[in-house]
Amino acid sequence: MNLFTPLSWSDSGFILTGILNTVYISVVAIIVGSLLGLLVGFVRAESNKSINMLLGAFLDVLRSVPLIIQLILFTTFIGAMGYPLNPFAAGSIILSLYTMAFMSEVFRSGFDSVPTSTIKAARSLGLNYLQTVRYIRIPIGMRAVFPSWLGVALSVIKDSALVSVIGYMELLRTAEQLISRTQQPIMILIGVGLFYFMISYPLSRYGKYVERKMEI
Amino acid sequence: MIEIKGVHKSFGDLEVLKGIDLNVNRGEVVSIIGASGSGKSTLLYCINAIEKINSGNIIVDGIDVHDKKTDINKLRQNLGMVFQQWNSFPHLTVLENAALAPQIVKGFSKEKAQEIATKELIHVGLGDKLHEYPTRMSGGQQQRLAIARALAMEPPYMLFDEVTSALDPELVGEVLDTLRLLRDDGMTMICVTHEIAFAKEVSDKVAFFHEGLIEEIGTPQQVLDNPQRERTQQFLSKVL
Repeated sequence: MNLFTPLSWSDSGFILTGILNTVYISVVAIIVGSLLGLLVGFVRAESNKSINMLLGAFLDVLRSVPLIIQLILFTTFIGAMGYPLNPFAAGSIILSLYTMAFMSEVFRSGFDSVPTSTIKAARSLGLNYLQTVRYIRIPIGMRAVFPSWLGVALSVIKDSALVSVIGYMELLRTAEQLISRTQQPIMILIGVGLFYFMISYPLSRYGKYVERKMEI
Repeated sequence: MIEIKGVHKSFGDLEVLKGIDLNVNRGEVVSIIGASGSGKSTLLYCINAIEKINSGNIIVDGIDVHDKKTDINKLRQNLGMVFQQWNSFPHLTVLENAALAPQIVKGFSKEKAQEIATKELIHVGLGDKLHEYPTRMSGGQQQRLAIARALAMEPPYMLFDEVTSALDPELVGEVLDTLRLLRDDGMTMICVTHEIAFAKEVSDKVAFFHEGLIEEIGTPQQVLDNPQRERTQQFLSKVL
């Protein structure tokens, strides 16, 4: 009996599932991380020094500890506590928090970029605090930081490969299983690399285009 | 009418307003002149409650601006304000800039808000710019947009804070023309300005501020042509 079988068309469904799972967890992390990041970034832009120091320290931990360690630590910890989560749930939580840590800085600088005089002008028209946030500060601030936001989002897509270490069947883990069956590591890994490139490159070009357009 | 009674205002240790009394009747144009740091702009900010006051009262049509119970967002609808910097909202078109507040503050339908905004924009001469973005316009045009944006709330009072100071000299005229237009409409205005000739031309009353106090107040002829106080004379000799 042959232990290894070569890559074939029948593997395409399996590969597609891996791709979709990568996209799925990335999209979840980018959306949840951006929403939380918007909230945290706003709180940081609005708060005094002491609250900022506290939040900053928490975010520093999230940003400084390697993602792969956070993933393993979190999964091990909740497992030991008796609440094991499936790899998707655990991966989404950690990847979203990690994304939030970076997004909050992006959004904070966006909020800070809106001139105080513009806010005063809006208030003088009778807009209340929340209306000014909703109609003036968020749209102006978020436009200014769109290229940075896209940069973080792209790195999240690439970082999502790390969720494979806790057993989530995304593209890299799918590829590893195919490699152990087919013994064709070079071809498969080049394919995986190409996939990430095909997603990231057009998006980063688009970011550069928007950046240039905004400079005019 | 706007009644300002004994208003004191400090920034930390620095007392900027040291007891200002001033009444502005409906239909009146009052210009405030004086050196930088004399408290002119601060007074406007206090009338609109952008700055708090330390003591005294500012009463607009019987409503105490700085009373805690006053709904300040509602009151501000009566007090249009235009600043030295035009502060256009860069993410909105000219029309959207002017229609935003009527729509979300007054709750008008989008159509009605845009109708009012269009009317005011045509009034200030921006009828052909409705769908442009303000960042593509000159400072003078953006300042006229700021005036139209404030007018779209249909306020009975307008406050102007050195609205021509940040403009290139060749653009000052078009903004002053817009202010003349408003005066002719009978708008009640308080103008903090460095344009002495303009103040003389449009004002019913001119107040000269010096170090947080009104040093001299009266008709333009009294204050600008025949100033009685030495400090007024000194100031005018420097700027004229």
